[in-house]
Amino acid sequence: MISIEGMKTRVWSKLGQRGTFGAVMLELGGHVEKLMVLTGDLSTTSGLDRFRRAYSEKFLNIGIAEQNMVGIAGGLAKEGYVVFATTFATFATMRSLEQVSVHMGYMKLNVKLVGLASGFAMGQFGNTHYGIGDIARMRAIPNVVLLSPADCVEVAKATEAAALYHGPVYLRLTGVMNNPMIYREDYHFEIGKAITLRQGSDIVIIATGSMVYQALEAARLLDGRSISASVVNMHTIKPLDTSVIDDACNKKLIVTVEEHNIIGGLGSAVSEYKTGMENVPRQVVIGIPDRFQKVGDYEYLLEQNGLTASQIAERIVNELG
Amino acid sequence: MGDWAKIMNEQAIDKIASMARHMRKNALTMAFSAGNSGAHLGSGLSIIEIMAVLYGGIMRLDPMNPQWADRDRFILSKGHGTLGYYTALAEVGIITWDELDTFEEDGGFLAGQPIMNMKKGIEFSSGSLGLGLSLGVGVALAGRKQGKDYNVYVLVGDGECNEGSVWEAAMSASHFKLDNLIVVIDYNKMQGDGASHIVLDMGNLASKWESFGFKTLTVAGHNVIEIYSALKRATGNKGGKPVAIIANTVKGKGVSFMENNNAWHHNRLSRAQYEAALAELTE
Repeated sequence: MISIEGMKTRVWSKLGQRGTFGAVMLELGGHVEKLMVLTGDLSTTSGLDRFRRAYSEKFLNIGIAEQNMVGIAGGLAKEGYVVFATTFATFATMRSLEQVSVHMGYMKLNVKLVGLASGFAMGQFGNTHYGIGDIARMRAIPNVVLLSPADCVEVAKATEAAALYHGPVYLRLTGVMNNPMIYREDYHFEIGKAITLRQGSDIVIIATGSMVYQALEAARLLDGRSISASVVNMHTIKPLDTSVIDDACNKKLIVTVEEHNIIGGLGSAVSEYKTGMENVPRQVVIGIPDRFQKVGDYEYLLEQNGLTASQIAERIVNELG
Repeated sequence: MGDWAKIMNEQAIDKIASMARHMRKNALTMAFSAGNSGAHLGSGLSIIEIMAVLYGGIMRLDPMNPQWADRDRFILSKGHGTLGYYTALAEVGIITWDELDTFEEDGGFLAGQPIMNMKKGIEFSSGSLGLGLSLGVGVALAGRKQGKDYNVYVLVGDGECNEGSVWEAAMSASHFKLDNLIVVIDYNKMQGDGASHIVLDMGNLASKWESFGFKTLTVAGHNVIEIYSALKRATGNKGGKPVAIIANTVKGKGVSFMENNNAWHHNRLSRAQYEAALAELTE
């Protein structure tokens, strides 16, 4: 449904994941039957203004009432609609978490919860707006698929996949405008199938969302230090693609990288799987330490938490001793 | 109200009243058979007449096809009212008498609080309070979008109205002008820890719903004629407003030692109590 071509992917990258989501919904509007898009008074910042104008009958602003938004989404989904319920990731997965758990988890209603501006994307808005625990909360709810696209092209692929998948999905969007490009052309995206972007012989870096780009850059830096790193894009955190972890166990070190609390996210998911195995390599969990942040812009926050490519590379060098 | 009482066929009233009596007995039997697990008796008994009128006289249903697309939708937002819900589903033949006997069996489908089961007429899972009205708003919006003329009935408790999410949903129901949505408030004036006005005084509940944009009706919640009349008026309402029916009920209605006695909010019945309760109902 969504065509991936050069010019568009560059525009998407400029818009960032949030803006791309809005642009992609505009394209899906004409294709997905019984589509509904809900916002909690954030349609402009979600890039949904054009969708709202083009498909006013498929759009509902619920107001600043996230619990009600997820409830209404559940009711619409029960009656056969494919419902995208959108708000900032932290509100989606905290204020309305019980509705998410009961309606999407317990009843498996066909709601796509879109967590906008997760991680540190909200910069100066501060800790109330950061999405640092959403993966942890959503992972603990049975039945919900958890997607975390690496760049704007993958936002398009994941959004399309979520629309076509019958069942509840959480779509986690990270990063800010001028989102670095990883994919420049169309590729095969399948829910639950991780993508190995780079082959290396020494270690494996498993990353998700915004951190996939940083992991690729880190791997390039590690080449200069004679460390050969594979990079895996774990775009689906649940169900977790354990086959790539099995493969990674043949290497010296497994590194997970995420713009999320080191508790309960991708790193936890990988280590939970590994605990069932013998003779596995050590794992380094790189993410946001379990603390609230001093507020700053996106780059500052990445830097403060050791999540830039050079910091990731340095950490890996140190870990390997 | 009087007009409807005249219009309403006496036989229909008798049918609903007798259905309610039967449901109340079944509710006691189910609670007794649940043994030490106990059951939410007070709340189940306070909604019996509301449920009997909805399922026995108001809602458009096809018991042979519980998933009929044009059926009226019912949502038990106060999920602990299952004694009133399952007994009504049994009366109309959507669940069988044998199935009713499986209430609260380990691993069974008739749990203490509803588990979504479309083949058995259970529209949504509920239990955690304050979630049902938002679902109802979504279902009502879907009906209107699809040009379907079903009505959506949501039963909420008065204690449940402590939950802020109820009022978020109420605001949106009137904002979206959902005149296919009818909320019935089981106003028994008690909740988990005792009298509602002591736990959290909600003031004038009817004026609250009215101020949230609802057309509001108040009825005697154990009088089937009044409930029927109000629901008929509500379903005939196409004035662009959702309707709230405040049903003045008695927690534990029908069993003297349970009425207005919060010890029966959730409790188990001994054989002697069960027999005493049944005896009162057959008097």
